[in-house]
Amino acid sequence: MAHQSTYQPSSKLGAWFDERLPIPRMVHGQFIDFPTPRNLNYWWTFGGILVFCLAVQIVTGIVLAMHYVASPDHAFNSVEAIMRDVNWGWFLRYTHAVGASMFFIAVYIHAFRGLYYGSYKAPREVLWMLGVLILLLMITTAFMGYSLVWGQMSFWAVTVITNLFSSLDMLVPGLGTTLVQWIWGGYAVGGPTLNRLFALHYLLPFVIAGVVLLHIWALHIPGNGNPAGIDVRLKSDSLPFHPYYTIKDGFALVVFLLLFAGFVFYAPNYLGHPDNYVPANPLQTPPHIVPEWYFLPFYAILRAIPNKLIGVAALFGAIAILFFVPWLDRSKVRSTTYRPVFKWFFWLFVADCLMLGYLGSQMPEGIYVLLSRLGAIYYFAFFLVVMPVVGMFEKPKQLPGSITEAVLGKEAAAKAEASA
Amino acid sequence: MSTSITEDDEDVSRRDVILITAGGFAGVLGVASIWPLLDQMNPDSSAQALATTEVDLSHMERGQAITVMWRGKPIFIRYRTDDEVAAGKDVPLSELPDKVARNANLPDDAPATDENRAAEGKEPWLVMIGICTHLGCIPDGQAPGSNKGEFGGWFCPCHGSQYDTAGRIRKGPAPENMAIPPYAFTGDTKIKIG
Repeated sequence: MAHQSTYQPSSKLGAWFDERLPIPRMVHGQFIDFPTPRNLNYWWTFGGILVFCLAVQIVTGIVLAMHYVASPDHAFNSVEAIMRDVNWGWFLRYTHAVGASMFFIAVYIHAFRGLYYGSYKAPREVLWMLGVLILLLMITTAFMGYSLVWGQMSFWAVTVITNLFSSLDMLVPGLGTTLVQWIWGGYAVGGPTLNRLFALHYLLPFVIAGVVLLHIWALHIPGNGNPAGIDVRLKSDSLPFHPYYTIKDGFALVVFLLLFAGFVFYAPNYLGHPDNYVPANPLQTPPHIVPEWYFLPFYAILRAIPNKLIGVAALFGAIAILFFVPWLDRSKVRSTTYRPVFKWFFWLFVADCLMLGYLGSQMPEGIYVLLSRLGAIYYFAFFLVVMPVVGMFEKPKQLPGSITEAVLGKEAAAKAEASA
Repeated sequence: MSTSITEDDEDVSRRDVILITAGGFAGVLGVASIWPLLDQMNPDSSAQALATTEVDLSHMERGQAITVMWRGKPIFIRYRTDDEVAAGKDVPLSELPDKVARNANLPDDAPATDENRAAEGKEPWLVMIGICTHLGCIPDGQAPGSNKGEFGGWFCPCHGSQYDTAGRIRKGPAPENMAIPPYAFTGDTKIKIG
């Protein structure tokens, strides 16, 4: 990795081990004295929070799997048994269910942080793309996990989402139907479907963990970005990761845990849907099916488009387009703080995503359809029009000469320059 | 090795044959072994075996609708009133978003007339797979008093697709008429689906 470790083994055993498998050296170099920009704000603490979220989901998920039965006849009852009979089952399941929502809160903040501060720009394109890949894996995993409860919302979410692929029938007749029956393992969503969703739901978090390691690796090659969007240049521009950022990340994690615990202990079902406490019934679609809150903006985009195939393409395109962001944005300036025009479009985009989220939860009729269409148009225009065009014509503000100057002012920066 | 091989001793063409053959077989077998991994997910014989269902319709009255299961899917059976049949017949083909009958008992290109949607020679009977062709929800309209939509047929609560009294899509995001399964009357009031 880019940064050379200054690790000194403190014992003979340590030195012996260091020559054979230098893991402590790697940890020391990457997580103890790793040089980190001194101006990181609290928006930069969500990376650590996300690692914590993944760990919570994996640990609670493994113990829940010890009690869960993946069969249409028993799945719903086994979840209820976890809630009522299994020791601490209510706590484990609520932590896992709320944990999924907290994971998405954190990942969306993390992604918007990246968009605002231009974290996707050179030399961090691969880092960004790995992040989008993690988001995609998270969406898939969360969807599969939600289906396992086998309540009404679970069942109909699986039906609707797997049927997205049947839209391929409009391209090649029969292709979509064949694909959907292959996914189902039958002619409708049923036992074989539930079993494979469970198998994959268990697998994917470990795939995510692997991509997270690549994401951190790709981060540690150029090092962290920062709110000023300029590179580390002076010695006084950076601080060792420990103790400065272990403490800062730790504090942010504690605050995040307050919110997490608040939901788990006081409002565990607030983010869920009551219909999922009704066992799955293949003959009765609930009057109003909605996905979990974290999918609502994408759901609104799907429903905004009256053509089935194009609607599905837009749904997948809304995520796929993120892969191309490093090349869509033509501005050389990373941080939106120094971009007076782009700033407005950015906050409009945030508002647009929130509006789409609200619209996704409403019935697809009247004014909601019109607003969803406008929202969907701006969603794509932000990436395809605003990013390339604003980048070309905008006159950015003067960037600070160094990170030290951004934090301590010109005088201190001049001293640091002199001593460098 | 005890004896060294010089350039002259090497039978280059024989080596190529061995390399290409071995590599070729390994490649073909490697690719072929992917098929069981993929095909295991397809509906197996036991799922395919549940393919026929017999239904007795003798208890049904005009205007009544029932739902039965076939291959894990709901089948809507509606014994339509004369008004409902007339409403289905009155629609010119040009007004339909999907102009094909989608009837497994007729040729693929049969037009979506009311006659082609209904049971052969028994136009009041409509038998179809009760699944919205948009994203697979079960439309409302079977039970008395449930929402039948603007066209008196079925209304899908998920994304607002509306079907007429012949189960044809009239409005909303669904691309196709609801499908008619393969079925036949085996007696005056008995049908076999599948």
